[in-house]
Amino acid sequence: MKRRQFIQTSGLASTAMLVPNFLKAQENNPTKNKDKILIVVQLTGGNDGLNTVVPYENDLYYNARPQIAIKKNEVLKLNNQLGLNPKMLGFKELYDNGNMCLINNVGYPEPDRSHFRSMDIWQTASKSNEYKTTGWLGRYLDEQCGTCDKPTQVLELDDTLSLALKGNNTKGLALKDAKRLYATTSNVFINQLSKQHAIGDHQHDNAEYLYKTLAETISSAEYIYQTSKIYKSAATYPNHQFGKSMKSISEFIISGVNTKVYYVSLGSFDTHFNQQKRQGELLQQLSETVKIFMDDLKKNGKANDVLLMTFSEFGRRVNENASGGTDHGTANQIFLFGNNLKKNGVYNEAPNLADLDDGDLKHAVDFRKVYATLLKKWLNTDEQNILGEKFEYFDFV
Amino acid sequence: MLTEKDKIKHLYNRAAFGLTLNDWQTKTDLKKSIVDLLKTPIKYTYLYTITKEEVDAAKEKIKNLPKEEKKDLKKLLKANVFELNNLWLNEMIHSPTQLNEKMALFWHGHFACRSTNPYFDQQYLDIIRKHALGNFATMLNEISKTPAMLQYLNNQQNKKDHPNENFAREVMELFTLGRGNYTEHDVKEAARAFTGFAFDKTGEFKFRKQQHDFDAKTFQGKTGDFSGEDILQIILAKKECAYFITKKIYKFFVNDIIDEEKVKELADKFYQSNYDIKSLMTTIFSSDWFYDEKNIGAKIKSPIELLAGMFRVIPTTFKDNESTLFIQRTLGQILLNPPNVAGWNGGRSWIDSSSLLFRMQLPQVIYFDKEVSVEPKEITPESKQEMQLMMTESYIKKIAAKKLNAQTDWTSIINYFTNFDTVENEMTSLLLAKKTDVSTIKIIKSNADNSSKDSTIKKSFINILSLPEFQLC
Repeated sequence: MKRRQFIQTSGLASTAMLVPNFLKAQENNPTKNKDKILIVVQLTGGNDGLNTVVPYENDLYYNARPQIAIKKNEVLKLNNQLGLNPKMLGFKELYDNGNMCLINNVGYPEPDRSHFRSMDIWQTASKSNEYKTTGWLGRYLDEQCGTCDKPTQVLELDDTLSLALKGNNTKGLALKDAKRLYATTSNVFINQLSKQHAIGDHQHDNAEYLYKTLAETISSAEYIYQTSKIYKSAATYPNHQFGKSMKSISEFIISGVNTKVYYVSLGSFDTHFNQQKRQGELLQQLSETVKIFMDDLKKNGKANDVLLMTFSEFGRRVNENASGGTDHGTANQIFLFGNNLKKNGVYNEAPNLADLDDGDLKHAVDFRKVYATLLKKWLNTDEQNILGEKFEYFDFV
Repeated sequence: MLTEKDKIKHLYNRAAFGLTLNDWQTKTDLKKSIVDLLKTPIKYTYLYTITKEEVDAAKEKIKNLPKEEKKDLKKLLKANVFELNNLWLNEMIHSPTQLNEKMALFWHGHFACRSTNPYFDQQYLDIIRKHALGNFATMLNEISKTPAMLQYLNNQQNKKDHPNENFAREVMELFTLGRGNYTEHDVKEAARAFTGFAFDKTGEFKFRKQQHDFDAKTFQGKTGDFSGEDILQIILAKKECAYFITKKIYKFFVNDIIDEEKVKELADKFYQSNYDIKSLMTTIFSSDWFYDEKNIGAKIKSPIELLAGMFRVIPTTFKDNESTLFIQRTLGQILLNPPNVAGWNGGRSWIDSSSLLFRMQLPQVIYFDKEVSVEPKEITPESKQEMQLMMTESYIKKIAAKKLNAQTDWTSIINYFTNFDTVENEMTSLLLAKKTDVSTIKIIKSNADNSSKDSTIKKSFINILSLPEFQLC
């Protein structure tokens, strides 16, 4: 961490408080790629991949979806096989600028079509028949620093914390609004309690754990609020929740908050009926916001430091259903956005609609390989402890 | 040194959902308290949202429909899954047979299951409450045949020529033996034995002969043309099953940190007794080590324990069913809605920055009628039908913006705490598991609302409920 930032931050902390441990730890452990930031955008509910990235030359697609298929002349063409849903102008621009890498057919063996189960699998990076109780980003936190306090290193833009951010020893921090969280933690009663409770070294004591969590929350809330005041975005973000969250993230990044991974959700994409309208609206929100966000970062010289990934817990069935929608399916695409991707454009083959598994797409890429690549090559952390095995890496970053 | 009253408090924190003010005043004998808690219900309250008449009427309707129009029972019944949730929460708060409900909560996390069919939920709940302090073997057998579980673990799809291993696997991994005590081959063979375990459209167990694989199976080293029941019997005959269950019970009722020796001792007894749950719990609550300092206040309350405990000590009702559901969702535990078949992880996993702050603000939100400022994560309905049964996104937004509309009866509390010099000490004695620091008492005192006698009591009471220490039991 730069000396100026350190002084700035510690000066803002109340005199009665010691400098939080995480700031000390960062001083002592400079890491390669230390400015690299990952943003994970979760499309909750199972986004229909085939109407997002449309195989517009494939008759099988049109046969399967007489009602809800996206018309060939309406797609935003990416290559001679695939095109984006017409609501995704923002993504198209990013693609044209070389800022997008599209990975098709991502999933996992023995896919589960239950929201709860499949989301757990993606968030915990488990196998289909495994139950893990910690999330991959939580374990990233554990790996980054055994037991030291770095809760702001992974931040979720929400009121409650997802399983993805819960580690064995450390957990990320969830907040929707830095000012609101700061106001809550500035409460006199809460502060008095936290201050007077001397935090000992009793790892096993649950009372200690509660007070430690409280102290971290208070100091993190202050740190984030004070630091993020440095920069307020001049860009106009859309007024929906996703827009607000991405705006906050942009401000945190440009202000220099020490967060390495941001997690944010958008949804629900669970379009069992009335898909075209509902999915169209959400894809528009997603696409326009991400474009504004990437532009904002570029303007402020941060574009090279950020990688953004979207995923959903599953795709949807190839055939439409009888209600103008689709039901739970399997493999889906992952979008990656960055300013200096080593490989951009459409990374791999389009989905094979002639080789289905009982009406569902077969996956070709294990999502954990994507995670492994991001952990190792972007965040510079060994993925083996986090994911439980070693993976081959992609070369997009 | 723990006083008798301290021990009773600890007993009630674990074997019940905490003390009521009345308990605190009247319970003075530990041995008698243990005996009282262990009494199996004299009158068992069957919890239901669908009456037998409604079920029978629906069955008649289904019988008389032409084949193409036969609908599932649930589509004909207009019941609310929320209702059953609240009915059970109410039992936890008000029932005199506290241990039965606490035990049932444990079994709910153990035989974790969820159904969108309120009738199935009702049947499932009945089994775990009926046998909560009874016989584990009986409960296991009944759970393995209840439609809610068969549906949840896809056993309807487990057929002779197309086996589905989910049910067999979870029965062994999560309900009985635990990982490492069976092989993949065991899972395959057990799945074959469970073929035919199904249920009919009226929501009753049905053994479908045509789907059952009658051939010989080799399971845990034994060969025979095993049925599902046989598999369960073989599993129960293994000591590892008793150990697995006992360990979980120890973690839930005694301490997150296992005392191997004690668990083994208890497990052996549990096995010898043929899985007599009441006998196991009697041993635990009657042992001196249960009241060791290291076990007092050692547990982090689950959301349900937190809620039920709060409402036991301060009588509270809500205008609607949805408020408690909202709180459950935000805290991360909804009755009859576990995240997956492994149940709730418990312990420290209940606590993160957000959930701790929410727990600390909850008393103010409920009792001072402050606005809720937290939105729980969105519910993703599993299917179109469930949209009607579960909270939709717009509903959540609505309730998050409003107040919880609780009605509180402060009378008993105001009448009890009459000595204003010692009120903080007395309150913390009642509400907190461990002796409170002098400095904490000072903080409570300095945050008191001395505008009136009533307000002093209310504010201090609420502030104590807001302490991190109140999260422990």
